Amino acid sequence: MKVTFIAADGTVTEVEVDEGQSLMQAAVSHDVDGIIGECGGSMMCATCHCYVDEAWAERVGAQQDGESDLLDCAVSEVRPGSRLSCQIRMTAELDGVVIHLPEAQL
Amino acid sequence: MTAGVVIVGAGQGGFQLAASLRQDGFDRPVTLIGEEPGLPYQRPPLSKAYMADGAGERLVLKPAAFFERAGIERLAGLRVTAIDRAARRVALSDGTQRDYVQLVLATGARNMRPPLPGLDAPGVLGLRTLADAARLRAALVLARAVVVIGGGFIGLEFAAMARQAGLGVTVIEAGERLMARAVTPASSDWFAALHRAMGTDVRLGCAATGVETDAAGRACAVTLADGGRVAGDLILVAAGVRPNVELAAEAGVSVDNGIVVDGCLRSSDPAIFALGDCAAFPLPGAGQVRFESVQAAVEHARHIARAITTGAETAFAMVPWFWSDQGKARLQIAGIAAGADAVQRVPQAAEGGFMALAWAGDRLAAVETVGLAAQHVAARRLIGAPRALIAAAGFDLRQALLAGAER
Repeated sequence: MKVTFIAADGTVTEVEVDEGQSLMQAAVSHDVDGIIGECGGSMMCATCHCYVDEAWAERVGAQQDGESDLLDCAVSEVRPGSRLSCQIRMTAELDGVVIHLPEAQL
Repeated sequence: MTAGVVIVGAGQGGFQLAASLRQDGFDRPVTLIGEEPGLPYQRPPLSKAYMADGAGERLVLKPAAFFERAGIERLAGLRVTAIDRAARRVALSDGTQRDYVQLVLATGARNMRPPLPGLDAPGVLGLRTLADAARLRAALVLARAVVVIGGGFIGLEFAAMARQAGLGVTVIEAGERLMARAVTPASSDWFAALHRAMGTDVRLGCAATGVETDAAGRACAVTLADGGRVAGDLILVAAGVRPNVELAAEAGVSVDNGIVVDGCLRSSDPAIFALGDCAAFPLPGAGQVRFESVQAAVEHARHIARAITTGAETAFAMVPWFWSDQGKARLQIAGIAAGADAVQRVPQAAEGGFMALAWAGDRLAAVETVGLAAQHVAARRLIGAPRALIAAAGFDLRQALLAGAER
């Protein structure tokens, strides 16, 4: 399954992701700049902030409990498509999902 | 080869320093030396997600290709055995040496082993490294009854996991309350009730005196100071940690409950920095502190990287936050409760919600919450705020923040 990350400067990185892996883990393990994931996916740090592409918003679904609260700590602008990428798990339905990355995480 | 930065310890802090140096544009050699085999990985999930899913590869911080691309020399499975401060050189366990301009000690901490007979018996385990966690996870499959010695974060996280796996669990804590070093009595009591409701036998004020073995030499029970005995075939020793300061101390670097560093995170030798679990650093308003937290390790690392790269002599500051997952409850902490003189429990309407405020005089020192992420996030920005402003918002931190009660 594939995920496409598009950095704030337009750099496109396509990575192969296993089912059940979070998009934060996918980005970090493929060395995609722009996702940090300092707390390891525990919803404590908001350094894996991402913007789900509008065309995928519905399939990716809504924020988890507490996610919007943590997004208050994000340093880049929070928009309607904002999510913590550690809370998005890869499924067959999300094959090909497009994720935009914010300018900064710290 | 020209000398650059040598980092001793490849935990999350050591790794972050190497990565941040390159991110900040540092162009001299960077060497990252770790005692454990393999790539640097995240430790916090070992007692949490990893215990549930066993997916060790998900803990790796960056793939091997990252270190090659960034030009970071990564030495795994090696120890630094000595520091020659005059020559600015370290000796490694394989007999080689590395010169440094700046040395960063990120040596972390190790589990404390209480002086009890029987702790070497099969069936007695600790939890610190990925290898420890893998052993513990394998043992959990075969175990029937678990005894945890020590009611701190790691012990309680593991106890909850074992209980959820259907095992009988007893937690033995010598102190009068759980997590006493880190949280207020209000949180200690709340979590004792939580674990008891899960069916865990929580024994407070109860000291272990040793581990009994069966005819095959395997651990079968923990004996207690009151003459009692708790049967168990898997015993986790989770009695706290000791900072790894020996390397620094032997080199004549100042040590006092950690490697003593100044506000810029420099040790008594200005060419040597220390970070993370092994570093005792001054935190404005809190005195000299030492944290066992991934946040401190990572923030220290970024600060030191900036100091080395730019020569900036700015003082380090942070609002500490911490978390612990125990069963269905996540404890979130902002600030430091140690040193607070009053604790206030704030009743919550939300089911399963809990909040305790710790006050130092009329200033907010720490906030402990369960199931109230919004309050926790607001708390991070309100540590140090005056009581009057928070009281005016009915002790709702989010409201207090909206009302402009920035510290």
